[in-house]
Amino acid sequence: MDFALDKKHEMARTLFREFAENEVKPFAQETDETEVFPRAIVDKMAKYGFLGIPVPKEYGGQGCDPLTYAMCVEELAKVCGTTAVIVSAHTSLCIDPIMTYGTEEQKKKYVPDLASGKKLGAFGLTEPGAGTDAQGQQTKAVLDGDEWVLNGSKCFITNGKEADVYIIIAVTGVVEKRGRKQKEISAFIVEKGTPGFTFGTKEKKMGIRGSSTYELIFTDCRIPKENILGAKGKGFGIAMHTLDGGRIGIAAQALGIAEGALDRTVEYVKERKQFGRSIAQFQNTQFQLAEMATSVEAAQLLVYKAAKAKETQKVYSVEAAKAKLFAAQVAMDVTTKAVQLHGGYGYIREYEVERMMRDAKITEIYEGTSEVQRMVISGNLLK
Amino acid sequence: MKIVVCVKQVPDTKGGVQFNPDGTLNRGAMLAIMNPDDKAGLEAALRLKDEYGAEVTVLTMGLPKATDVLREALAMGADKGILVTDRVLGGADTWATSSTIAAALKKLDYDLIITGRQAIDGDTAQVGPQISEHLDIPVISYAQDIKIDGDSVVVERQFEDRYHVLKAKMPCLITALSELNEPRYMTPGGIFDAVDAEITTWGRADLTELDDANIGLAGSPTKIAKASDKVRKGAGEVVTLDPEESVAYIMGKLTEKHII
Repeated sequence: MDFALDKKHEMARTLFREFAENEVKPFAQETDETEVFPRAIVDKMAKYGFLGIPVPKEYGGQGCDPLTYAMCVEELAKVCGTTAVIVSAHTSLCIDPIMTYGTEEQKKKYVPDLASGKKLGAFGLTEPGAGTDAQGQQTKAVLDGDEWVLNGSKCFITNGKEADVYIIIAVTGVVEKRGRKQKEISAFIVEKGTPGFTFGTKEKKMGIRGSSTYELIFTDCRIPKENILGAKGKGFGIAMHTLDGGRIGIAAQALGIAEGALDRTVEYVKERKQFGRSIAQFQNTQFQLAEMATSVEAAQLLVYKAAKAKETQKVYSVEAAKAKLFAAQVAMDVTTKAVQLHGGYGYIREYEVERMMRDAKITEIYEGTSEVQRMVISGNLLK
Repeated sequence: MKIVVCVKQVPDTKGGVQFNPDGTLNRGAMLAIMNPDDKAGLEAALRLKDEYGAEVTVLTMGLPKATDVLREALAMGADKGILVTDRVLGGADTWATSSTIAAALKKLDYDLIITGRQAIDGDTAQVGPQISEHLDIPVISYAQDIKIDGDSVVVERQFEDRYHVLKAKMPCLITALSELNEPRYMTPGGIFDAVDAEITTWGRADLTELDDANIGLAGSPTKIAKASDKVRKGAGEVVTLDPEESVAYIMGKLTEKHII
């Protein structure tokens, strides 16, 4: 077992760190304050290949591995949770299912533009009545001649309205399974601009405020027959597999947020003086920092292990669930402690730790709540 | 067009400085980066490549660890990397360094050679111009803009209060300023390729047009007699004076310390 990063990953980390520090950090506070999608940063990330890191070169990607991609999300999240989730939703939730389940035609048509960042991707599964209970889908797709006709809506869609290509999960019929009637669920590729596909409310969120979270509305939206992704009726499996990968991205985001908050706090406690000495000299501060650093490193090992599992294993659901569950808990815990160690200043928006604390909370909720991760992990233990 | 960019691996100023007993830098013990002026020179070469089409070779002389800067250059878009490394080349001053690099360049085809203005460790700004002398080609230093015009280069050379526009027939050598441009980032895929790429390594034996009298510490006309850290500033002093007197006092102190 080797815990040291090899040359490739070491150099990639340097690249992501420099990019995050120089190009993303200066705008992170403004992005949060204005809630405006950071398009200029996304364009710059596209130019340097950040939007197609694990995609093979023949599909216009960078030909790197899941660990490199996770490290990119981690380093971006250290300075800006918003930028990190834009990359993660695009790569894990849109490109990955097309690469995994798409036909050669679909891959050739959609992946090169997505991997080069010419187009942005999103994933529509959640509905007002179908969150954790993802089977409760109401959006319908009916085949009419050579076209599928979509009707229904999706909510809380990351990269919504900004994205060009959407993976949409919808009900295509009813099937009998062991004598019980069940919804048959399928996956589709839907392009922005298709008549009948519009956007509803933009969500006003507590954190990751520059990330564009929209409602999607389908009203007799007609898409070509060949835009079904994978076989008819395989949509639920596609969605679950996609989320396994996505959870590694969110775990990396949570890890980065925790690392960023720890970094800011270490700087702050060395400078801030009370009772005639820096607050770093108080044992309470030291012990808090030790706890924070230890849990951050434990989270990092779980995240990297899950990324490695995605590279080498066919099924990595449990590794991804553990990484997301733990990293999100660590993010919440570390950012809360970071605000506390900053004292009153930590509660002021000028100091970045309050933004990080707000950003951290969502990592316990989206792409499967922490409770869903516990269901996945215990389900595997008790099977 | 063939461009050779000479780059140097230098200590990162964020890390501490370590010396060997002979006064030279202990490069193995320090954090290292590509010298900023050289990186600007590389970016200039890559832009010429983007605009006119060119093969960009990156050359460095240093410890085996210096391949790191070559791989960084490849990940940014350079085509080839050459490392000149040999124990006997160590401890070189600018004369021995430029003699060695010129001998390596004589083995290559080039239209344009680009070096940085100066390295942030030695701060001499001598090696680029000396290489051009060894190769008997023109040099334009302190370049802030580079254009190609047929078989010539047109360069804006920075001066303290103006710039000169100079034109020189290729082959020639240009020394670049870090103000010249903003170097591009590596790409993740570029890194993966660069780490697997083959780096040409030349030792003393490969440099046939090099005289033993001009290499390493022994072949250096200058020797570092002593090196030391900067003396730390003492504690500040508080002086109470009226405004008129305080101006004279401050001016006096600045003159005494040779600041003005």
